[in-house]
Amino acid sequence: MPSLKQIKRRIGGVKSTSQITRAMKMVAAAKLKKSQENMERSRPYARKLREVIAALAYHTGTDRHPLLEVREPNRIGVINVTSDRGLCGSFNSNICRRTQKVLTEYMGKHVELFTIGRKGYEFFNKREVKIFHHFPGVFQELQFSQATSIGTEIIDQYIEGNFDRIFLVYNEFKNAAQQQLICEKLLPIEPFVELTAWSPIDYTYEPDADSVLSSLLPMHINFQIWQVLLESYASEQGARMTAMDNATENALEIVDQLSLQYNKARQTAITKELLEIVGGAEGLR
Amino acid sequence: MVDSHDKTEVHGAGSHLIVTIVTPSGTRAEYNVRHVRVPGIEGDYGVLKGHIPFMTALRSGALIIDLDKEQKIWAVSGGFSEVHADRVTILAETAEPAESIDLERSESSRKRALKRLAERNMIQNFDATRAHASLARAINRIEVASGLGHN
Repeated sequence: MPSLKQIKRRIGGVKSTSQITRAMKMVAAAKLKKSQENMERSRPYARKLREVIAALAYHTGTDRHPLLEVREPNRIGVINVTSDRGLCGSFNSNICRRTQKVLTEYMGKHVELFTIGRKGYEFFNKREVKIFHHFPGVFQELQFSQATSIGTEIIDQYIEGNFDRIFLVYNEFKNAAQQQLICEKLLPIEPFVELTAWSPIDYTYEPDADSVLSSLLPMHINFQIWQVLLESYASEQGARMTAMDNATENALEIVDQLSLQYNKARQTAITKELLEIVGGAEGLR
Repeated sequence: MVDSHDKTEVHGAGSHLIVTIVTPSGTRAEYNVRHVRVPGIEGDYGVLKGHIPFMTALRSGALIIDLDKEQKIWAVSGGFSEVHADRVTILAETAEPAESIDLERSESSRKRALKRLAERNMIQNFDATRAHASLARAINRIEVASGLGHN
């Protein structure tokens, strides 16, 4: 049985932990709101880009471009998107586990990783999985130019033939409490099939449709990466919010239990002292 | 005259057309204009109402917008432009109005980019694409803000 002083100290400790977790929850909520706005703002661009590429694909026939060319999947790249910081529940471990699943699926083939986010990098660095490239510090300040430089690197590697297929593993934002684990193919680009019930306009292209398409496809990849970064960041904040909310609740529960224990111990001590006094007085008679 | 593809809220009335500037961080501006000059990859081109459907990639440069009484200039880079009879969509990676460009900051970022490119061998994980892109952006901003972009 711990002494009264010990219990009191633990209560103090747990209380201050709950204050920290509560503050972290607030911070995550504020960041979540901001990143949701960012996601919202990127939508018009996304819509337009898809529309234009679909129109182009209709006029050019898209099988010639290297980013659309389907090759025998011998060399696989996986882009593992985690967060830089922890304390967000199973956010990162889910991602890493999914990536490991891809690794086992393509056992015997050549698989290498791209990591975005420190947590994933640390996880695989310890496990003797080959990391082809780590992109550090992406989430410190999210900017479109970061998506562009990640995209450029990945496209270069793909075109040089270092990879035949590239997957993205990331958390998609559903709502503040839920994330969906997504594993999807980034390259080669799937043909665009959203053309039904829509008659494309016959544009004049300068210099020509093929070269406009080949400048648009990398843009499409960059933008897809940008959206994944936004999704993942929003999900991270959501996951942290939930995790910290639970932590705060648990801490308060522990404080309740400890208070009960403390009061009981206090009462026992008082009763004991009383009995001693009464017993002593009896003895003096 | 509004064609069936037009879903924008502002309509190009009379001899006017609508210019929309969209970047990954949102729709930046929408103007009702008489004439717009766009920095295409093969050279600048001007658009009046009734242009044929036209599409081209953008280079870094000045987007010059002639409104009824004034002229608006934006520094745009990366992306492409799409032209319809009564509207123009500029899809750029970055877009800034000339009046909000901070010349001093652009100058220092130009110097920084040049310095990084000069010391490329000493920097770990040197990102050449990014350095070149930021240099091009800085130069473009400086030119647009100091009025060189017109010529």
